[in-house]
Amino acid sequence: MASVQLDHVSKRFGSTHVINGVSLSIEDGEFVVFVGPSGCGKSTLLRLIAGLESITDGDLMIGDQRVNNLTPQERGVGMVFQSYALYPHMSVYDNMAFGLKLEKAGKETVAERINETARILQLEPLLERKPKALSGGQRQRVAMGRAMAREPGILLFDEPLSNLDASLRVQMRNEIARLHGRLGSTMIYVTHDQVEAMTLADKIVVLRAGHIEQVGSPRTLYERPASKFVAGFIGSPAMNFMAATLVDATDTGCRVNVPGLGDIDLPFQARDVARGASLSLGIRPEHLQPGDPEGDNRFDVVNVEYLGNECCIYLDNATDTFLTSRVEAATPITRGDTVSLHLDPQHVHLFDSDERALARTGADRQ
Amino acid sequence: MASHDTAVAGNTSRPSGRERGTRVRRRRVRAAWIFLTPMLIGLLLVAGWPLMRTFWFSMTDASLSQMGGASFIGLENYLVYDDGWYGVLADSLWWNSVWNTLYFTVVSVGCETVLGIIVALVLNANFRGRTLVRAAMLIPWAIPTIVSAKMWAWMLNDQFGIINHILISLGLIDMPLAWTANADLSMWAVIIVDVWKATPFVALLVLAALQMLPSDCYEAARVDGIHPVRVFFKVTLPLITPALLVAVIFRALDALRVFDVIYVLTSNASSTMTMSVYARQQLVEFQDVGYGSAASTLLFLIIALITVAYLYLGRRQLGGDS
Ligand SMILES: Nc1ncnc2c1ncn2[C@@H]1O[C@H](COP(=O)(O)OP(=O)(O)O)[C@@H](O)[C@H]1O
Ligand SMILES: [Mg+2]
Repeated sequence: MASVQLDHVSKRFGSTHVINGVSLSIEDGEFVVFVGPSGCGKSTLLRLIAGLESITDGDLMIGDQRVNNLTPQERGVGMVFQSYALYPHMSVYDNMAFGLKLEKAGKETVAERINETARILQLEPLLERKPKALSGGQRQRVAMGRAMAREPGILLFDEPLSNLDASLRVQMRNEIARLHGRLGSTMIYVTHDQVEAMTLADKIVVLRAGHIEQVGSPRTLYERPASKFVAGFIGSPAMNFMAATLVDATDTGCRVNVPGLGDIDLPFQARDVARGASLSLGIRPEHLQPGDPEGDNRFDVVNVEYLGNECCIYLDNATDTFLTSRVEAATPITRGDTVSLHLDPQHVHLFDSDERALARTGADRQ
Repeated sequence: MASHDTAVAGNTSRPSGRERGTRVRRRRVRAAWIFLTPMLIGLLLVAGWPLMRTFWFSMTDASLSQMGGASFIGLENYLVYDDGWYGVLADSLWWNSVWNTLYFTVVSVGCETVLGIIVALVLNANFRGRTLVRAAMLIPWAIPTIVSAKMWAWMLNDQFGIINHILISLGLIDMPLAWTANADLSMWAVIIVDVWKATPFVALLVLAALQMLPSDCYEAARVDGIHPVRVFFKVTLPLITPALLVAVIFRALDALRVFDVIYVLTSNASSTMTMSVYARQQLVEFQDVGYGSAASTLLFLIIALITVAYLYLGRRQLGGDS
């Protein structure tokens, strides 16, 4: 059983608190992605699980064993490093065999295991080469092969694709997903790239400054972010935020005023919020549709990005609200136009002054 | 712009590019020669000329008092038959000094390498005040050999030396040892002094190599649960080998022509006499410039031979094994 439980895990380096009381439960065979901005403690959390750093406080359980004081090997983890960490003087085969030989596996099984791993990762023609003679993607696969060859219950990845170019990254992303399906081992994957997180994860853990901001499936995080931070971090182009003022709140919803857009009725439970309180209204670019200008609702088109399958329109208005809208590629809108904007209340997010998302009213709750 | 530059530098197959490429290359070759010439002239003056003169003297009967009136005698200084074999190559004292030199070189460089690696590993660890320790470690290397040899001569002095004093007070010996006079001990005395002096040099080169090592490889090894000793022999040692080979050849060349430590500590004693000491004795004390030059020439040939053999054997490692 390679499930992982973190119970109020903390890490301090001297007096700097890097991880603050993180509790998390990871099922056996799950693909979990830690995502967050650079410096938020993703690598540190992964290294705590790996056993490369000691845990200052809290309990780490793997299966039903407390592993705080076990070595990485005893925890049964394998790790793929951002910089690959291949032994430069060893061939691909030796790189993979180096960790295996120790497990007192017979010569036969070492060779068998490596050949099997090499076959899965299509490394067979490269087995005799040194890392220097490999491309970035090949090195990446060798690093994964080395971690896999020991057949650990838990595979850890620290930004494994960040040194690859964009197309290779997409390809390797698919290979990792395929590999997870095939091996069925628990995988914990660190990235700062929310696209990687969205595409790979069963469960995404959004970290911010050493604590968990939200845990959930990619769909939950995208459609029901629990905070303004998560809402802004997940999705590209990022969610639009507009200042809003609460006008009225009833059992079935609330009414807010947004400068430029006027009063809008939204399905949020805001009875606990004082009238006149300032809120933050969030809407994703694809839910913000431009139309003909009307009244105060006037936005200048600052730029239009043509992306082939769609266009991104960057907008600005008299009150300096900068917004992004995503429309079909055939849009007639060009730079310098003036448009109005319409938002679908079903897709609006509302955040209070503490940046927490307001609950939706009963009928609309998911 | 950039692609145009690389095309020229890369000497690609574009018709005009190739022509321009050769011109560029010719200009580069000329620039290389211009930069090299002063050094080549300098080398010829300070190394080539004395070497040729030594070689010439080795074929004459020149003596220190009358260098001018020397006459050519061929290879007689090296080997001649005149009712028995004579010449450097027939002198058992010469072969004794060759043996001493090789013994000294192998043992001292061997000890320096092992100790240097250990010291470097310690200094590479993270501990408080390591900058200070690193600086302190370099002191033996920074002291001129004559000074440190003289210092050790006092410390090793059989009657007043601190080494004997310490050993006696610790109860390890009952009587003072004649470190530099006793034929059985003197070689070890000079080796100890040389090791003391040159270990920091090896340690410094190894430390530089250690700091270039990819730290993530060690974390990977830790995750895989590989024993640190195994990691040292299978990862660290192979990766610092090029630096180690450079350190060893520097030290070996120094040790093969060792003179100062030995001359200060043991003078002309045959138990520690090296090739350099032998040549000096012939040339200065016995005033026989021809014979001494022959010994010097042989010393040069032996060192050159060992260097070439070493570079040949170590070429894969030294060349970065590509
Ligand atoms: N060994 C260390 N000593 C002191 N501070 C550290 C150490 N490792 C990481 N940190 C700090 O912890 C924070 C989180 O680092 P890290 O986990 O590498 O972030 P991420 O991987 O999310 O970019 C950073 O502010 C970093 O400076
Ligand atoms: Mg990181």
